[in-house]
Amino acid sequence: MNKEANYLKIHQLNKSFEQFTALEDVSINIQKGEFVCFLGPSGCGKTTLLRCIAGLETQSSGTILQDNRLISRLPTSKRDFGIVFQSYALFPNLSCFENIAYGLKNQRWSKYAVSTRVEELLELIGLSSHAKKYPSQLSGGEQQRVALARALATSPSLLLLDEPLSALDAKVRVYLRQELKNLHRRLGLTTIMVTHDQEEALSIADRIFVMKDGRIMQSGSPEEIYANPDNPFVANFIGMTNFLEGIVKGPMQLDIMGKIIAFDCKSFHEGEKVKVAIRPEAIEFTQSSKKEDGFSGNVVEIEFLGSFRRIHIETSLMPNELMIVDKPILEKSKKKIKIGSELNINISSNFLNIYKKDK
Amino acid sequence: MNIFGVISEKIALDQSDKIGKVLVYIYLLLFFCFLILPLIALMSKSMQNSDGEFIGLANFAIYLKEPALFSSFFNSLFVAVISTVIVVILGFLYAFALQCTCIPLKGFFRLIALVPLLSPSILAAIALVYWFGNQGILKSMLMGNSIYGPIGIIMASVYWTFPHALMILSTSLSLSDARLYEASEVLKASKLKTFLTVTVPGAKYGIISTTFVVFTQVFTDFGVPKVIGGNYNVLATDIYREVVGMQNFQMGAVISIVLLIPALLAFAMDQYSRKKQTAQLTSRAVVYSPKPDKLRDTILLIYCLIITVYVVMMIGMAQFGALVKFWPYNLSLTLEHYNFEVAGLGWNSFFNSIRMSLYTAFFGTIIIFIGSYIIEKMRSDKKMRDVLQLIALMPMAIPGIVLGLSYIFFFNMADNPLNFMYATMSILVVNTVVHFYTVSHLSSITAIKKLDPEFESVSLSLKVPVYKMFVRVTLPVCLPTVFDIFIYLFCNAMTTVSGVIFLYSYNTTLASVSSIHLDEQGDVAGAAAMAMLIVYISFLVRGIHSLISVSVLKRTQAWRNI
Ligand SMILES: Nc1ncnc2c1ncn2[C@@H]1O[C@H](COP(=O)(O)OP(=O)(O)OP(=O)(O)O)[C@@H](O)[C@H]1O
Ligand SMILES: [Mg+2]
Repeated sequence: MNKEANYLKIHQLNKSFEQFTALEDVSINIQKGEFVCFLGPSGCGKTTLLRCIAGLETQSSGTILQDNRLISRLPTSKRDFGIVFQSYALFPNLSCFENIAYGLKNQRWSKYAVSTRVEELLELIGLSSHAKKYPSQLSGGEQQRVALARALATSPSLLLLDEPLSALDAKVRVYLRQELKNLHRRLGLTTIMVTHDQEEALSIADRIFVMKDGRIMQSGSPEEIYANPDNPFVANFIGMTNFLEGIVKGPMQLDIMGKIIAFDCKSFHEGEKVKVAIRPEAIEFTQSSKKEDGFSGNVVEIEFLGSFRRIHIETSLMPNELMIVDKPILEKSKKKIKIGSELNINISSNFLNIYKKDK
Repeated sequence: MNIFGVISEKIALDQSDKIGKVLVYIYLLLFFCFLILPLIALMSKSMQNSDGEFIGLANFAIYLKEPALFSSFFNSLFVAVISTVIVVILGFLYAFALQCTCIPLKGFFRLIALVPLLSPSILAAIALVYWFGNQGILKSMLMGNSIYGPIGIIMASVYWTFPHALMILSTSLSLSDARLYEASEVLKASKLKTFLTVTVPGAKYGIISTTFVVFTQVFTDFGVPKVIGGNYNVLATDIYREVVGMQNFQMGAVISIVLLIPALLAFAMDQYSRKKQTAQLTSRAVVYSPKPDKLRDTILLIYCLIITVYVVMMIGMAQFGALVKFWPYNLSLTLEHYNFEVAGLGWNSFFNSIRMSLYTAFFGTIIIFIGSYIIEKMRSDKKMRDVLQLIALMPMAIPGIVLGLSYIFFFNMADNPLNFMYATMSILVVNTVVHFYTVSHLSSITAIKKLDPEFESVSLSLKVPVYKMFVRVTLPVCLPTVFDIFIYLFCNAMTTVSGVIFLYSYNTTLASVSSIHLDEQGDVAGAAAMAMLIVYISFLVRGIHSLISVSVLKRTQAWRNI
C-alpha cells in the first residue's frame, strides 16, 4: 500500500472510560477518497472511535494523523471534518435553509454566497422545494439528507457518519444507501460510516473494518471479508456460517468427519483439530445415493426468504446445531425438498475456511 | 514511524470549553459568596458571645434551659404536623377528584386551587382576622377559642400550602396505572377497597413527598404566625423577636440552626422519595381514564365546591376588608386604605417590590438558565459540575428566614468586601434569587435535558462556538421554560416575606413586609389593601404572561406546532 496515500492514520489508539476499555490498540489507515465502514455489534466501540477522530472524545493514548497533520490533540473546532449523527441533531427552530447555512454564516460569507451555496446543496440532496420547512415537517429520510447537507456545507475534507440510516425504515434505507454511494462517487470525499448492519456495510463500503470489544478484528474489501474471514467471529458476524469439526491430515489434506478434502492447511500442523467454516450457499446437495460421496441429513425446517430458501438440516456433521443451507428459488432441483426429506450433503473446498480450535 | 512517540494525552480545549470552564468557577464562587459563606457566618455566630468570642455550644445550652424558647420548637412542630395532615388529606381528595373522577368544571377547580399561589401567605391570615378575629362575623363558630394562635396558623397555612400539595399529588395520581384498576375490577373489589388498595398506595411517593414539602413550609413559615399567631410563639417568630426586638443575634443564630436541622432532614427524605418515584414512573405504561360514578362524583363535586368556597372566602374577605371603611361598624366602601398613611410603608414599598421582583426575575432567569446549561452540557470539569449541581439543590432546604439572617451576619461584617451591598436593593435581589433557585433550576435542567445531546458537537464541527449556538438554538427552543421561570421568580419575589424581613432598609421597604408592619401597627385594613396589591400585580403579570405565550411564543415556536 502506498504510504503517501494514507490520508487518515490512526496509531495504537486506546480509550477507556474509568475501568472499562472501549478501544484497545486500534491502528488503521484510510486512503484519500475512500469510503470505509466501521462494522461491529452494539457496544463494540464504533461510535467511540468515530468520536475520537472528531475530537468529541479524548483518547487515553495513541495518535491520529489527518493529511500528515497530528490532530489527536486538537480541539474539535480545529479539526477538519463534517459529521452526521444517528439522531441527525437538526436544530428544530431553524428551517432547512438555516440549518444548512448554520456553519457558513459564522465564516463571514456574504449573504449572497451563503444562499448560493445552500441552494447548491439543497439541489444536491434534491430538497430545493423544502428550503423553508422546519425539520419537524420533513420525513426521516429528508431530515437525514438535510443533516448531510449541513455537514457538507463548509466543504470538509472528511465526512463522518454515525449510523446515519439506522433510524429509517427498510425501503428508504436501501434507497438512501445508494444515494450516499452516488454522492461519494461525485464528491470523492473521504468518508467513514459507522454501522452495525453488515448488509449496509457490504453494499456501500470500499473497505470494512470489523470490530469487536474495542478491537479491529479484520479489515478489507467487502469481498475479501466475506470470502476469507480472518477468524470465526468475522465469519459468523458477516453473513451466516456453519462451523464443523476438522482434523488436519497433511499440508493439503483436511479430514472432516472421516472424509478427506483437498485443502491448503499449511499454516497448521498435522493432527491439529480445527474449526471449519462453510457458508450456507456453498453447500451442495448431491443426488447420488452412494453414502460415501457425502453426508446425509434430514430437513427440519424451511424458511422462505424471498429470492432464496433457507434450509435447516439435522446432520451428524454438526452434532450440536442445525446446519444452514441457502438455495436460490430459481435453482432447479430434481427432487423437491420438503420437511423430513433426507438429503446427501456435499462439502467442497470452495468457500471453506479453517481456524484454530480455541478461537 | 518515529512520529508516533508516546504522547501524554490531553486535548487542547475549544474556546467554548474554556468559556464553560471559567463559568463553572464563577458559579462556584457566586454560590460560595452568596450561600456557603453566609451559612458559615450564621453557624459561627451561634457559637459566639455578644462580644464575638468563641464559646462553643454554650448558646445552645442556654437555649435548652429556657423553657419559653424551647416550647416554641414544639409549637412549630405541632402546627406543622397538624397542618400537614390536613393538607395532605384535603389535597389528596382534591387531586383524586381532578384526576380520577368525572366531575364537571375540572379546569375551573384547578384554577381556583392555584389562586393562593398569587397571594402572600399572610393574606389568608389577614382574612381570618376579619372572619374570626375579635370583631369577626364568624367568631362564635370557634366556641370560645381564639383565632390568634394555633387555630389561625393552621387555617391560614392550609390555605397557602394547598396548591403546592395539589401539584405534587396530581402529578403522582396522573401516573396511576390503569392495569391495576382493571385487575381490581376483575376481582370485584368494592369501590372503597379499590381506592384504599390501588389509588392510595399508587400515589405513595407523591404523598410522602407532599408531607415533607408541606411540613417544611409550615414549620419554617414566618408571615402567618407573625400576623395571626398572637402569643403562640413558633421558631420563626422567635428568631425575629430575638434579632429585631432584643438585638440578641447569637440566640437568633441558635434558633435558626434549630429550625434548619428538621428542614434539612425533611429535604433529604423528600429527595429520596422523589428518586423512588421517578424510578416508578418509567415502568408505568397504561394511563388510567376514569368512568362516571354518580355517588362518588356528586360527593366529590360538593367537596370541591367547599374548597372553592374556602378559597373565595379568604381572598374575597381580604379584598372586602381592604375596601370597607371601618370593619365591622361602617361597611360603606372606600379606597382610603390604599393611601397607606404610615410613613415608609406606602406605595413606594409597592413600587420597590415591583422593582425588586423584576430584577429578581430578570437576573435570576439568566443566571439560573445559564447555570443549568453549564451543568448539563459542559464537557470538562465533571467533578466541579457535580458539586455545582449539589449546591444548586441546597437553597430548597434552607428556610427563608434562616437565609435572610445569615445574609445580615455575613454582609454586615465590616471587613467583608461585599459589605457595600448591605441595605441596598442588590442584597434583596440576590437573597431572593438564591432563596428560589432550586425549583427554577430543576425545571430548567428538565428542559435542557430534552435537547438533542449532539447539538454542541454539531456546532463545534461546523466551527460555530457553543455560545453562539446557545443564543440561536438553545435559548429559543427553551423559551417557554424561560418564561415560566421568569414568572415563577416574579410572583415569589412579590409575595416573599421570610427571606427579606431582615434585609430591607428604609429606602427598600417591600409590599409584603409593609403588609406585616401595617398589621403590626393595628392597620389591618391597610395590611389587607397591601396584600391585595400584590395579588393584583401577580394576576396582571400572569395575564401578560399568557398573552405573550399566545402571541410571541406562537410565532417563535412555530416549528413546534407543526
Ligand atoms: N461516556 C461513557 N462512559 C462510560 N462508558 C461509555 C461511554 N461511552 C461509551 N461507553 C461504553 O463504551 C462501549 C462502546 O460504546 P460505543 O458507543 O462506541 O458503542 P457502539 O459500537 O457505537 O455501539 P452501538 O452500535 O450500540 O452504537 C460501550 O460498552 C459503552 O457502554
Ligand atoms: Mg454507536
